Amino acid sequence: MYKALVIGTSFGGLEALKAIIPQFPKGFPLAVIVVLHIGENQNDSFIRYLNEISQLHVKEAEDKERISTGTVYFAPPNYHLLIEADESFSLSTDPKVNHSRPSIDVLFETAAWCYKQKLIGVVLSGLNHDGAYGLLQINDLGGMCIVENPENAIAQIMPSAANKIAKPQFITPLHDIAEKINELLHSQN
Amino acid sequence: MASNQNKIEKFENIDLEIPLILEAIYQKYGYDFRKYSRSHIKRRLVHRLAISNLESVSQLQDKVLREKDFFIELLEDLSINVTEMFRDPEFYSSFRENVVPILRTYPFIKIWHAGCSTGEEVYSFAILLREEGILKRCQIYATDFNRKVLEIAKQGIYPIRDLEHFERNYEKSGGKSKLSDFYTMKYGSIKLDQSLVKKVVFADHNLVTDSVFAEIDLIICRNVLIYFNRDLQNKVINLFYDSLSSSGHLCLGSKESLKFTAKENCFADIDEKQKIYKKSLSKSCIKL
Ligand SMILES: C[S@@+](CC[C@H](N)C(=O)[O-])C[C@H]1O[C@@H](n2cnc3c(N)ncnc32)[C@H](O)[C@@H]1O
Repeated sequence: MYKALVIGTSFGGLEALKAIIPQFPKGFPLAVIVVLHIGENQNDSFIRYLNEISQLHVKEAEDKERISTGTVYFAPPNYHLLIEADESFSLSTDPKVNHSRPSIDVLFETAAWCYKQKLIGVVLSGLNHDGAYGLLQINDLGGMCIVENPENAIAQIMPSAANKIAKPQFITPLHDIAEKINELLHSQN
Repeated sequence: MASNQNKIEKFENIDLEIPLILEAIYQKYGYDFRKYSRSHIKRRLVHRLAISNLESVSQLQDKVLREKDFFIELLEDLSINVTEMFRDPEFYSSFRENVVPILRTYPFIKIWHAGCSTGEEVYSFAILLREEGILKRCQIYATDFNRKVLEIAKQGIYPIRDLEHFERNYEKSGGKSKLSDFYTMKYGSIKLDQSLVKKVVFADHNLVTDSVFAEIDLIICRNVLIYFNRDLQNKVINLFYDSLSSSGHLCLGSKESLKFTAKENCFADIDEKQKIYKKSLSKSCIKL
């Protein structure tokens, strides 16, 4: 039933993603779509590295590309990543949202419109409030929300804000998040 | 769950109303947003709803049909004008290296900036072309469908807060002197040297509804196509193909490509990473 998993993170995100993405098995039934704030830098080398240590294909999302399950997509630096109703990507250079481009809120909001109850949203370590409002949208439209337990996150501000604003179903320590997602996938059958 | 249902219904209604308001705008004002990226349009309209005390897109439509000024505001919402000088410096250095040597062999060069916004890109290119000694041979058209940004482009006056960023970009792009050679500072703004745009025609042109207006050797259309859906991208790429002289060049934004378009095989890569292409003339392309 679930079709997509969206993840947002900033400071501490490299470590957090490394703890989650490689745990997804081959044939994973969801598309995984990630916004990682990384400033002006390119994230090519991180994507390459993550691709090597993961069983899923990891790549940068391209404008008008169709979204496939079993693939991990990263928003390109300096562009917002939006999801269209036909499950493809659009990019935009709109002004920054929450001082961020790409913004987690923009991805989450458009993902919620597209996937509604078929979406899982995750907010991880980070240093600003981006993602909190987007996660609320996911929750409002019937999706499932997981926030990294701020107590042991590298940076607490982002998961704390998401907790407060979005009232997620689960507050989960980083190392249990992949398993929590697998549980959700199994319990739906 | 019941409250989820209400919220889902609210957004489903918005999805139903959007085609109606876009049709109304097109019929009344001639601006055609029907094939823009729908999630982009939806974000903008939902945002406008939130700040204007209106309940539904239908009410928005009512207001937009009655009040021209409100339409102009909405037009601003829908056309994203974010731009900068020497945006993506690596693109400019690749252009210097890979395209300028070819342009040098032309006696006369026609250039089209499509979707030039407030003009930073036009001045950047003019600086590059002057440094390479070929600006004098260029006829440049700089077009956008938003008249307000064209006015700013003509003036070439930009806030000083962006200057540091522009300078850094200019250096990284392989600029040959100092950016300060090309502007003067006044009242917290910079004004670009107007001799750079002596041969530039700034004009209102809508990529969706207007047609070919000249034969062009170089088209620069960056960060415009991402706002269009696949269908409209195809249409506009066709317009570019028809406008280009044989072996003319096309430059797109760093994250745009011909990959998901019908004309993918009708251009050759000059620099795949920097999205610089050259028109190729195969029979199948001309008919597409
Ligand atoms: C994000 S800006 C890109 C500016 C510049 N090319 C750059 O890359 O920095 C996009 C521009 O495209 C213009 N635009 C959007 N739709 C258009 C259309 N149908 N016809 C002409 N211009 C359009 C907008 O008004 C805006 O100025």
